Amino acid sequence: MIDVDPSLVNWSRAMFAFTAMYHWIFVPLTLGLSFLCAFFETIYLKTGDEQWKTITKFWMTLFGINFAIGVATGIILEFEFGTNWSNYSWMVGDIFGAPLAIEGIFAFFMEATFFAVMFFGWDRVSKGFHCFSTWMVAVGSNLSAVWILVANGWMQNPVGMAFNPEQARFEMQNFAEVVFNPVAISKMTHTSSSGFVMASAFVLSVSCWYLFKKQHVEMAKKSIVVASVFGLVASCFVGFTGDEAAYEVAQKQPMKLAAMEGLYTGERGAGIVAMGIINDAKDPGDLQDAFLLEVKIPQVLSLLANREFGSFVPGIDDLVWGNEEENIMGVNTMMEKGKYALTDLAAFKKAKKVGDEEAAEAALTRFNVNQKYMGYGYLDTPEEAVPPVNIVFNSFHIMAVLGSLFPVIFGAFLFFTLKGQVTEKRWLLPIGLSTAFLGLLAQQAGWVTAEVGRQPWAIQGLMPVKIATTNLSTMSVQITFAMFAVVFTMLLIAEIFIMLRQISTGPEGH
Amino acid sequence: MISNLDYVTLQQLWWVICALLGALFLFLNFVQGGQTLLWQVAKTDAESAMIVNSLGRKWEITFTTLVTFGGALFASFPKFYATSFGGAYWVWVLILFTFIIQAVSYEYRTKPGNVWGRKTYELFMFINGSVGVLLIGAAVGTFYTGSSFSLNEMNQVTWEYTLGGVNLRGLEAAFSLFNLSLGLFLVFNARVLGALYLLNNLELSPMAALEERLRKAVWTNFLCALPFLLFVVVSILLRKGFGVDEDGVVSMVSFKYFFNLLALPHLLLMLLGGIGLVIWGVRAGAFKNSSKGIWFAGFGTVLVGLTVLCLPAFNGTAFYPSTYDLQSSLTIYNASSSLYTLVTMTYVALAIPGVVAYVAYLWKLMDSRKLTTDEATDEEAY
Ligand code: HDD
Ligand code: HEM
Ligand code: HEM
Repeated sequence: MIDVDPSLVNWSRAMFAFTAMYHWIFVPLTLGLSFLCAFFETIYLKTGDEQWKTITKFWMTLFGINFAIGVATGIILEFEFGTNWSNYSWMVGDIFGAPLAIEGIFAFFMEATFFAVMFFGWDRVSKGFHCFSTWMVAVGSNLSAVWILVANGWMQNPVGMAFNPEQARFEMQNFAEVVFNPVAISKMTHTSSSGFVMASAFVLSVSCWYLFKKQHVEMAKKSIVVASVFGLVASCFVGFTGDEAAYEVAQKQPMKLAAMEGLYTGERGAGIVAMGIINDAKDPGDLQDAFLLEVKIPQVLSLLANREFGSFVPGIDDLVWGNEEENIMGVNTMMEKGKYALTDLAAFKKAKKVGDEEAAEAALTRFNVNQKYMGYGYLDTPEEAVPPVNIVFNSFHIMAVLGSLFPVIFGAFLFFTLKGQVTEKRWLLPIGLSTAFLGLLAQQAGWVTAEVGRQPWAIQGLMPVKIATTNLSTMSVQITFAMFAVVFTMLLIAEIFIMLRQISTGPEGH
Repeated sequence: MISNLDYVTLQQLWWVICALLGALFLFLNFVQGGQTLLWQVAKTDAESAMIVNSLGRKWEITFTTLVTFGGALFASFPKFYATSFGGAYWVWVLILFTFIIQAVSYEYRTKPGNVWGRKTYELFMFINGSVGVLLIGAAVGTFYTGSSFSLNEMNQVTWEYTLGGVNLRGLEAAFSLFNLSLGLFLVFNARVLGALYLLNNLELSPMAALEERLRKAVWTNFLCALPFLLFVVVSILLRKGFGVDEDGVVSMVSFKYFFNLLALPHLLLMLLGGIGLVIWGVRAGAFKNSSKGIWFAGFGTVLVGLTVLCLPAFNGTAFYPSTYDLQSSLTIYNASSSLYTLVTMTYVALAIPGVVAYVAYLWKLMDSRKLTTDEATDEEAY
């Protein structure tokens, strides 16, 4: 086994987190704005009203500016699995590579080719075909979300595969199981719809800015109608799919759920924390309170987690040290079994190498008994299996609170626009203006919940992050990190300034 | 039908698919080549607007081909993906870097408020077209020259090359004359293709001076590419190769690639045909007043690329050899995915012709009319 330097692991993680979070600034906007452009253009096609064409072109310009940097930040993620997580890539590439390849073949080509028509085809193809192309860009970008989330869903809930001890890797057994993984489906629906919310919020914000400045008022009002309808529907769907996501987490990653709720001691009929200030000093197993302050709604967590009042929701302590009463095996026990599995695997490999088939057979039989717990064998202490609770709790709650706010905001805008009062209600404008920022915050918080909540696992229960890394010098990763930090930030600054300039120029320039 | 194919056939099929994607990428590098020509052939703002806008309608396809090439390698040869990307870390990171900066350049170059100024984005494009392509050539070159790594019993890679105590993680690939030559050949070839593409894509009748410079660029860059190509071909024929025997034992074999060409005559034909087509395309572009040169030279590049990528993989050869520990070398048989995954991916690959078809259709549709100055300078343009 390769000894890993913890600083290397942490730098590799930091770099992945950094690049992924940058990518995620732009992606949700692409997912939703592409559809909004398609809506605007379809209205133009149906009505023939040139003003809708102006509106379409205006939002398309903003879409293009965002798209370019989304692509730039994406390529590095794709290859980072190889460059920085090469042990991971080898161990699970047999399964994990497929969705990435499929994403390229189906989604990225669709996006890339129709993108050129969408931007440069106005005078080169028919109106109908142009509109079709805009729709295809929207479909393509959301299709890429499907495949990458199949990949990510698999990391959260590895299914459809088996370990091959000879090769020392996991191999795919059932592609349909990988694709129709319930976690992937809930992620897919939740993430796409959250992208729709993000884009609606963005359109709303920019439009409110125009109303505030009393410029381009007609366009702003028209845009608000479309965006608030889309945003309202999407934000309701986000709540619904978010609940589904939480249910899947409860079933497949109970440790993550416990961290999301700051639940240390499991209970029957557990309540949900609506709001709370978490006690940073608390460690698993000690007697401190988990919260400095909390508002709890009784019973609801049991209902959400297991779809049953009064059901048992395990806490962090139950999961770490086990709870016989509720039939929960602790990480401590799994670690023991895991260590046996690793020893037997090593014995198997050794026997194979010297050609001792009999010993190999025996080692394999022993290995198979504990194989399921192999990943736990890499842990040093049971507490290592606990993610940073405060980060996960806070980010989850930020997302959920914002999630309940969005339908209200979109509903209000829809209501007042339809009544023709949106320009009079000046107090609405700052709220509208801030929604884009709130959307971005919820987006980032969502991924932090999902990914930090999964720690220490790269693949839930199978492979901890620390054995997934490439054996590099920490310095190499630090230099790369610095390079990305500088370049991505330079590009982000340029993006923001270009966006602002386009917004202040307004649709007239188009 | 696909599920009846045996493992070895699928492994070979997938190497060919990956090689085809790689070869197509080399053809599509006309975008990169065009980027490096910008400062040489464009003398006025209108001329550079034409060039950037023409390339700007294609760069995404090149980029996507690269991404898909990576994805396909990940899915079908994960051990290669892990070993090469994780091992030769710096080469790949730098290549990717040049593509990151390229991706925003078209969109941001002339947009008001772009902070860093037009020249910066043009520099990004230049770096992508020169350093990026050069390093890709160097990375491909290691299929022939080998790298110094070892794999342990869990197949984890350790990179062994150090210079003065510093582990260069793949950068040493750029120090080999062979790898460098391959890289420089690709850079100049991309420039030939770039000029040929622009001759095809732009409405040049009102821009005779630009046309003349482009035709000249085709010829001069071809002349620059030629010695590197000759050096690469001759050293491939003469050098020792990494042979694999029946039991999977790797050893150095004299004239290995030369014998591979004899054993696989269709590769020999592809190589000769490819070089011939490139020359034909250059002749058409440089001397015949034709705008069709890109198709010949492009197809020729695909054939040459396919040969270069297939020659070190077939006929009992290790395509990603380790000079440090010969037995760690990767072959398409020990580096591939499982049978199940390859079968699944082959079903997926049935869609590739469909994808190629609609890409080609839209390309044709969009390029049915040549790009004019008016279009390249209107406000939606790059
Ligand atoms: C506008 C953005 C947004 C909003 C308002 C919400 N979410 Fe969300 N959420 C995301 C954007 C997001 C996301 C960024 O798309 C995530 C990250 C990973 C994923 O699958 O989607 C996510 C993940 C995520 C997860 C973790 C899934 C996992 O780890 O596998 C849960 C449990 C929820 N969400 C639940 C909710 C609930 C109950 C919400 C309240 C209504 C909510 N989300 C609103
Ligand atoms: C784009 C939105 C995403 C964001 C914001 C995000 C965020 C993060 C963060 C914050 C970490 C570091 C966690 C920690 O070490 O504490 C991380 C790790 C990681 N994520 Fe994600 N992630 C995203 C998408 C994905 C997707 C789609 C995949 C898989 C296809 C993925 C795979 C990984 C991997 C391999 C790691 C490194 C191993 C690990 O630390 O767990 N991420 N991500
Ligand atoms: C670690 C995981 C991820 C990897 C490896 C990855 C990879 C990539 C790559 C290579 C590109 C450029 C594609 C091109 O050639 O045009 C890209 C762009 C894109 N990706 Fe990601 N991505 C990841 C996470 C995500 C997630 C989680 C989503 C959506 C849910 C997503 C959606 C998109 C979209 C819509 C684009 C189009 C450009 C844009 O962002 O505006 N990606 N990604």
